[in-house]
Amino acid sequence: MSKDDIRRIVIEEIANIAPDTEPGAIDPGSDIREALDLDSMDVLNIIIALHTRLRVDIPEADYPLLLTIAGATDYLAAKLAG
Amino acid sequence: MAWPTLHKQAQSGGDPNLASYDEACASFSWDNARAELDGLPGGGLNIAFEAVDRHVRRGHGDRLALRWLGKDGTVRDFSYRDLMLLSNRFANALRDLGVAKGERVFLLAGRIPELYVAALGTWKAGCVLSPLFSAFGPEPVRMRMALGDARVLVTTEALYRKKVLPWRDQMPQLRHVLLADAEGDALPVRTLSLDHALRQAGNDFAIVPTAAGDMALLHFTSGTTGRPKGAVHVHEAVVAHHVTGRLALDIRPDDRVWCTADPGWVTGTSYGIIAPLTNGATLLVDEQEFDAEHWYRVLQDQCVTVWYTAPTAIRLMMKLGADAVWKYDLRHLRFMASVGEPLNPEAVMWSQEAFGRPFHDNWWQTETGGIMIANFAAMDIRPGSMGRPVPGIEAAIVSRGAGDVTPLDTPMAVGELALRPGWPSMFRGYLNEDERYQKCFAGGWYLTGDLAMRDADGYFWFVGRADDMIKSAGHLIGPFEVESALMEHPAVAEAAVIGKPDAIMGEAVKAFVALKPGFSADEPLRKDILGHARKRLGAAVAPREIDFRANLPKTRSGKIMRRLLKARELGLPEGDLSTLESDEK
Repeated sequence: MSKDDIRRIVIEEIANIAPDTEPGAIDPGSDIREALDLDSMDVLNIIIALHTRLRVDIPEADYPLLLTIAGATDYLAAKLAG
Repeated sequence: MAWPTLHKQAQSGGDPNLASYDEACASFSWDNARAELDGLPGGGLNIAFEAVDRHVRRGHGDRLALRWLGKDGTVRDFSYRDLMLLSNRFANALRDLGVAKGERVFLLAGRIPELYVAALGTWKAGCVLSPLFSAFGPEPVRMRMALGDARVLVTTEALYRKKVLPWRDQMPQLRHVLLADAEGDALPVRTLSLDHALRQAGNDFAIVPTAAGDMALLHFTSGTTGRPKGAVHVHEAVVAHHVTGRLALDIRPDDRVWCTADPGWVTGTSYGIIAPLTNGATLLVDEQEFDAEHWYRVLQDQCVTVWYTAPTAIRLMMKLGADAVWKYDLRHLRFMASVGEPLNPEAVMWSQEAFGRPFHDNWWQTETGGIMIANFAAMDIRPGSMGRPVPGIEAAIVSRGAGDVTPLDTPMAVGELALRPGWPSMFRGYLNEDERYQKCFAGGWYLTGDLAMRDADGYFWFVGRADDMIKSAGHLIGPFEVESALMEHPAVAEAAVIGKPDAIMGEAVKAFVALKPGFSADEPLRKDILGHARKRLGAAVAPREIDFRANLPKTRSGKIMRRLLKARELGLPEGDLSTLESDEK
C-alpha cells in the first residue's frame, strides 16, 4: 500500500467520525483536534477505526503520534512496512 | 464484586484541613464559613474581591496567583497584584463601554489568560458572568446567549467567525464583542480588541458594591425537555466555593492547584477559578487538550499538589497503564479528586496502584454551585461511593409520591438524592423560568434528579438519573437539545436520543432517527445527519452514533419513549408498556 493510499484512508476515517469536517483541506501537519474541532473521544474513535481497517496494532503510548494527518500516515506506513 | 475499603493513614505534610469528618460536621456553621472571608470594605460581598484583592490588601500581592502554560510552551505568571490590576482594567473597560451593573458578560474561549482576567473584572463591575464551553457549536452558543440576554461577549477571532458571526444579526442586544487575539485592521466589523480596551483602561477600580444576594453567575444546563436553563448563582456562593475548596479538596495557601475542567462548565469556574484563589493558592492553567503523558509532565514539572479532574480522563490514563505514570516524579502530589460522573471502583483502585494515592470522587451539579458530597482526605474511601455530605450539607434519599416527599432511612434503599436548601451556593432560580425552578423543590427538599443509595455508615452511592439526562464525559447533556438539532435536518421526521454506556465516557450520546418519506436509510445520509448535528452542536454534545428506525416507540400522547429505546439497546427489561401506543419498527 502506498503512502498516498494510507493518507487517503486516514482522511476517510476522520471524515467518517466527523462528517462535518474536511480533513483533506487542512494542513497535514496541524493537530486535527484544533484544525477540525475534534475532542479526545473523536481521536480515540478515529484510531480504533484505523486499527480495524488496516489491522495495525496501535498501542496507547503511540496515540500522540497520530494527532496530525502527516504523523498518522507516516506512523501507519512504517507499521505496515515493518 | 465487593471492593476493599481504602484506609487512610496519617499523611506526610501534616493533617488535612478536615482532619476528622465527625468533628468537622459537629463544629461547622455557615456563619463561621462566612467569617473566613473578608467582605467588601464598605459592606457587601464580591467574588472577585475575595478571590484576589483581599490577598493583596493583606500583603500577599507578590504571591503567584495564576500560572498559565500555553500550547506552544509559553509560561506566563500572574501575581495576585497582577490579577488585581488586570481585572480592574477589564472592569474599567466595561464601564467605559457603558455596561451596567447586572448586565450579562459571556465568555467563549479556550483556556487563555484573558478569560480569567475577564471573569474577575466582570464580577468587579457588578456584571453577571456566563461562561460557555468553547467546543459548543453555533446553535448551543446562540441559544444560551439569547436566553441569557447577552450584552458583552469575550471570545477569540476564530471562535467568533465560526460560532457567532453566522447569527450575530439576529441578536441586536449583544452590543459589544471583544476579541482576545485580534487588533487594528485585522478586527472583523463590529468587534473590538480586548487588548486595546485593557490598555486604554485605568489600573484603579472601586469594586461595585454587590450584595450577597446579587446575581454573579449564570451557568446553563440542559433539560430533558424544553430549552436549556440558566442556573442563577449569587455572590454569596463564594462562601461555599471557598469552604468546600478548603475542606473537600484540601486546598491550602501554598498549594499548586490544577483543576482540569474547562471554565465553560461549572467545575471550571467554581474550582478552576474561584476556590483556589479565595484560598490564596496558585491556580495552574494548561491550555492544551488532554494527553496523558503531557499531563504527567505538567504534574511533575509544575509540582502540582492538588489535582481535580474527571473520570473520562482517568479512564484514558488507565488505558495507557500505570507504567507511564511511574516514569514521572510526582512526589508533590498530595490530593487527587474526580467529578463529573461516578468514578468506577476499578479506576479508584488503579489510581492507588499507579499514583500511590487514590482519586477522591465527589458529587455535585450546576444547581448546587459547589461540592455537596465528597470523599475527604482524612476519610476512608469505599471505592465506587461518592462519599459523605460536606459539613453544612444535609443530604437524604427520598421517594417522591403524589405531592409529597418521604425520606427513605433503610440502608441501600434506592431513591432520589435530595438536599436541604439553604447553603450559600444553591442556585437561586432558572433565569426567567420560575415554574421550572419551583418544580425542583418539594417537602422542604431540593430534588437533584439523581438516583442514589446511602449505606448504613452514611456513604452515598450513585445509581443513575431519575430522568433521561445523559452524563457523557463529565457533561450533562439534555436529549431534547440534541433531538431538536437532529429534527432540523431535512430528512429527519423523528429523533430520540439516549445515553449508551461507554467504557471511557460513562455514557455516549446515541440517536435513533426515523426518516421522512422519500429518504432512504443509507450510509451517506447517516453521515450527512451526523455531520449536521456536529456542526450545530459541537463534538461534545452531538451523537457519536446514529441508528435508523422506521418508527420510534411513542405514548398515546405522542411522546417518544426514550426509556424503552434505552432498555432495548441495553437488553434490559422493558418495564411498564401500558402507555405504549405505537411501537418501534
